[in-house]
Amino acid sequence: MALLSLRGLTKRFGETMALDRLDLDVAPGEFLTLLGGSGSGKSTLLRVVAGFEAADAGAVLLDGQEIGAVPPHARPLNMMFQSYALFPHLSVAGNVAYGLKRDGVPRGERDRRVAEVLALVGLEGFGRRLPYRLSGGQKQRVALARALVKRPRLLLLDEPLGALDANLRERTGFELRAVQRETGAAFIMVTHDQNEALALADRVAVLEGGRLVQSGPPRAVYERPATRFVAGFLGAANVLEGGPDGAGGFGCPALPATLRPGTPVEAGTTACALRPERIALLPAPSQGPNTARGVVEEVAFRGDDSLLLVRTPGGALLRVGHAEEDGAPPPRGSMVHLGWEAASVVPLLG
Amino acid sequence: MRRLPLILPALWLGLLVAMPLLVVLVLSLSFPAEGIPPFSLPNCAEGVNTESFTLLLEDPFYRDAFLGALAVAGGTGLLCLMLAFPMALGLARAAPSWRPLLLALVLLPFWTGFLPRLGAWIGLLRDEGWINGLLQSLGLIEAPLPLLYSWPALFLGMVHAYLPFAVLPLYASLSRIDPVLEEAAADLGATGPVAFLTVTLPLALPGAAAAFLLVFIPAAGEYVIPELLGPPSAQLVGRVLWGEFFQNRDWPVAAALAVVLLILLILPIRLFQRLEARR
Repeated sequence: MALLSLRGLTKRFGETMALDRLDLDVAPGEFLTLLGGSGSGKSTLLRVVAGFEAADAGAVLLDGQEIGAVPPHARPLNMMFQSYALFPHLSVAGNVAYGLKRDGVPRGERDRRVAEVLALVGLEGFGRRLPYRLSGGQKQRVALARALVKRPRLLLLDEPLGALDANLRERTGFELRAVQRETGAAFIMVTHDQNEALALADRVAVLEGGRLVQSGPPRAVYERPATRFVAGFLGAANVLEGGPDGAGGFGCPALPATLRPGTPVEAGTTACALRPERIALLPAPSQGPNTARGVVEEVAFRGDDSLLLVRTPGGALLRVGHAEEDGAPPPRGSMVHLGWEAASVVPLLG
Repeated sequence: MRRLPLILPALWLGLLVAMPLLVVLVLSLSFPAEGIPPFSLPNCAEGVNTESFTLLLEDPFYRDAFLGALAVAGGTGLLCLMLAFPMALGLARAAPSWRPLLLALVLLPFWTGFLPRLGAWIGLLRDEGWINGLLQSLGLIEAPLPLLYSWPALFLGMVHAYLPFAVLPLYASLSRIDPVLEEAAADLGATGPVAFLTVTLPLALPGAAAAFLLVFIPAAGEYVIPELLGPPSAQLVGRVLWGEFFQNRDWPVAAALAVVLLILLILPIRLFQRLEARR
């Protein structure tokens, strides 16, 4: 059975729909990332689950029990806040022990559990420090320790890596993953960073305008985006406008080329997604479906690859990845021939 | 020219703070005399006169004046804190669009004169005043209640005058507390009152200390309110000082009273600064 179930969750702020009839299930021990831009409703979703906002409609079920009317302090889940929200007047140990004190855990056990969870996040010996004397990364760990010390089965994390610099972010992400495995708690992590979402999660749920547009394992969501929004948000795929050509393919006037996607194109499909790294430079011109030619307009070096902007005769601007091991990228202004696998073309539903 | 920003405050402090203090200090060590002005300065022949200070230490009348003033100032400070805390909390939690108006309402009393406001209290509290008049016309009392010239009237006037001084620092410190801290407390299992006691209140303590001192310090030397609203028995240091200066014309004793009051008030200020520095 699902640990957490959201059924038809709806929340309005004035005219804006922050959550729009949203359904979502989270399994015990699952690491779910909620991915979305600002205003997608992802933070509102966390706040409704934590009890800081009341939903206008719909149900929040924890272990099958409706908890919509349960106040935040009585909900058996914990939250790690984006700003960390450490109590500035309490030491690291005081912050971590706060939740145990509220539960009336006796002194000895409290001390033991605080030490245990501080060791888990690598902060042994920091117990007596006040928060203002901690670095950003250390504050992040204290916030995590404080949220974990009550051993919740469900932990909500609001942009937990957002305030860290890029170097620390990757390492902390791996640590977060390890802590999640070790504790066995289900994590719901809100992020606007697609790399973070793909790297850490068992499952990615993409939100747009308060709706859940797609959810699935990171690879599946990346490879087969369901909508234009997901295709653009995850990995910035090329979105090609067009329609079914009547012969089982997909006509794309701006390319111009016939696409033969690996999956059937349903009637009403108006766009396909094609990832930049799935487009190859062909040594010679080629006719047939799933090929195109164009002129290189820009070349951007990105370290492990280069990104080419290629203008096709039909006027489409394709983003094309060019791996470093394939040699120097073609110069600006040169004519190139492009080709891709049928399976790389993904019809989009909306 | 770059030193100008330093010279101006120094000049200001020198002329308007240090000089008058020096004059008071010299006065307190002068000899009382008949004539105008009613003292003679310390000189080579007679040295300095410490009798005024001896008198203050030995005469229980002066000791009681000091103790009374400190008690009244402390009581006023506590009463102001108790009233100001909910006001400041309301201000800090009010919608941002409301705050300027609410703050203006807190400061409104400052926009009218101090004496007219005390006059209004006298009008309300005296035997033929509005309150006694109302109670009598309702038939609740037969003879007027002795409201004016009483300790409650004294505290009423003090709290009325000094309340804004307590609201502002409390508001400043409460509005700096991130509301997400109470959410974090709730998330960790604290009910509303517990979150308030364990998070908001401790974080507001420096503001509360500042609020208390801002009321306590001027209240300790208050002369007008005890004189206009208080009972005759409220012989606090401000009133005593006035009496020494204008009635007894004993300027050295009056100056000595001022010096001792200053020393008594510097102590809590230093203590507060120590506490602040430790944070």
